[in-house]
Amino acid sequence: MAHELVLSAYIEGIGLLGPGFANWPDSRVILTGAQPYQPLKTVLPAPTLLPAAERRRSGALIKLTLATGLEAIIHAGLEASTLPTVFASSGGDGENCHAICEVLASDDRQISPTRFHNSVHNTASGYWSIATGAMAPSSVLAAYDASFGAGLLETLAQAVVDDTRVVVLACDTAYPEPLRATRPIPDSFGIALVLAPQRSAQSLARITVTLTDVPADRLDDPVLENLRLAIPAARGLPLLRAIASQGEERVVLDYLDDTHLAVDIAPC
Amino acid sequence: MTLMTPLRLSRFTATSCIGRGLDETLNALLERRSGLAPCAFDTVELPAFVGEVAGLDAVQLPVALAEFDCRNNRLAYLGLTQDGFADAVRAAVEKYGRSRVGLFLGTSTSGIYETELAYRHRDPTSGALPGSFRYRQTHNPFSVADFTRRLFALGGPATVVSSACSSSAKVFASARRMLAAGLIDAAVVGGVDSLCLTTLYGFNSLGLVSDQPCRPYDVQRNGISIGEAAAFALLERAPEESDTDAVLLLGVGESSDAYHMSSPHPDGLGARLAMQGALDMAGLKPAQIDYINLHGTATVNNDAAEEKAVTAVFGADGVSTTPCSSTKGATGHTLGAAGSMEAVICALALQNDLIPAGINTQQLDPELYLDYVLENRRQSVRCVLSNSFGFGGTNCSLVLGKAVR
Repeated sequence: MAHELVLSAYIEGIGLLGPGFANWPDSRVILTGAQPYQPLKTVLPAPTLLPAAERRRSGALIKLTLATGLEAIIHAGLEASTLPTVFASSGGDGENCHAICEVLASDDRQISPTRFHNSVHNTASGYWSIATGAMAPSSVLAAYDASFGAGLLETLAQAVVDDTRVVVLACDTAYPEPLRATRPIPDSFGIALVLAPQRSAQSLARITVTLTDVPADRLDDPVLENLRLAIPAARGLPLLRAIASQGEERVVLDYLDDTHLAVDIAPC
Repeated sequence: MTLMTPLRLSRFTATSCIGRGLDETLNALLERRSGLAPCAFDTVELPAFVGEVAGLDAVQLPVALAEFDCRNNRLAYLGLTQDGFADAVRAAVEKYGRSRVGLFLGTSTSGIYETELAYRHRDPTSGALPGSFRYRQTHNPFSVADFTRRLFALGGPATVVSSACSSSAKVFASARRMLAAGLIDAAVVGGVDSLCLTTLYGFNSLGLVSDQPCRPYDVQRNGISIGEAAAFALLERAPEESDTDAVLLLGVGESSDAYHMSSPHPDGLGARLAMQGALDMAGLKPAQIDYINLHGTATVNNDAAEEKAVTAVFGADGVSTTPCSSTKGATGHTLGAAGSMEAVICALALQNDLIPAGINTQQLDPELYLDYVLENRRQSVRCVLSNSFGFGGTNCSLVLGKAVR
């Protein structure tokens, strides 16, 4: 039996964008219950870091990952250009997929080259590396409703095993009809975290993750709980609520059907 | 860069247009046989050659998993049931426990073909998709991992890696990290990608599909031939003493181009980083690599950029003498399955002391300074490197080697 490492890392920066969540600082008071949650539609900022040609071609997922990823990295006081990334998304860009399937079902199947190269699941990762100049490894995961958990686990393993800072970007965007009837993701939502293997002046909290079959924590606010269940990336909200509360506690996050993630959180 | 603890590929298998399982695959390589044929897939009317796996229409999934039925999962099931692979996974579950076996599969388009078909049958008034359409079990990228996880009742970490044509090379990286972290004791890794209209018409729209069987590194190469495949490996920590034919994963290198969505960096900078990273992790010098399985898609740009990267890492004065070839002339470009498919071909190369020829190529591009192998060579093969690069500038290189060198 191999030596089991403790799957533990330090959160150094947080990015958050979603319905009613404009950024991490403004969201903390909502997550602690100090201010009421108002489910306003997600506002995606323009991806100003991208060259004009790429900016024109960028869909919601690209804008969402750039906004949340850069917020987390700036929060951590780091440079994006040197950091490995882990992108986790349930199914990529539904709008783009819809547009391609419509054309393929028509009499003229000539799909646009841009539509096609934006159809790969790692589109956001590709644009990220173009925008930031990062040549570091980027893992791009898809695990349906387990995507946040899969991204967090991959990131922790990389931080611990390869002894490096890693950014995880868990992001999902709305699906248009008729796909939406089969995958009702209502809006854009993204969480980005910078994880570091060692404690530093930037450390916000230490997290230690183990697998468990204990059911996932729910959120007290029923509207927020609906959001947690509606968008895979929002399955990470109980972790952010605990960090916002600045207490020492254990939260259980949804992951696979019968396997969840127990996260022990210790503020720094 | 720290050395990785070698991992044993304790069982592996591949199914593609050149054959079901290892015996047929090896025979096709030995006979220099291509599985590419004029495209007769679905209603596609393109002057293209494709590598279609025969008989998928007849594959039946287990009744309990019938809701996962789609071309991609049929191909996965066909692949998983070759070479005793399913039995080896079940034995690993028995040995380590279901929660100690991880699952990391690569795919680019998953079962999107089902969605393409469903869009042809939308309700004329509401626009709704047919009631029989199942997004989660077919189209969603995780579908193939969900299916495989249920097939073997696995309980460990599971994910799909979907980074275009590097997907099922990068699964080895994810599995390595989870094994090194001690979170699991074995990992099922692999790649499955199946024919669909999105990739056929998509690559065609970019002008990247050849009207002939693809000719990697040929002076007249003019694009890819799309194939489909399912290839898998069971990874475990290597025992102290291995059988003489055991194959080990020795190193993985990953990088990003930070250049363009659908064109490689012209000097192959990202590819260089990936190859060097894999060599460093394996603790090997370039001269210790006996064969390179090139990404070699047969597009003008890919092969030119990859050649620059290979000569930079392996060459002297811009010339590399390390034997290399692309096996995509035989299998076609199996996209998200290519990394695992070519890792299995590399494992066969090691076990059989075979340097497989690149086929279809008639006249090597004189501007590409590589030892590109056009005839099979039988010689000692101890360590090999396999390249997989993809859209979005994603790069991954694997180093595999004999356990007893």
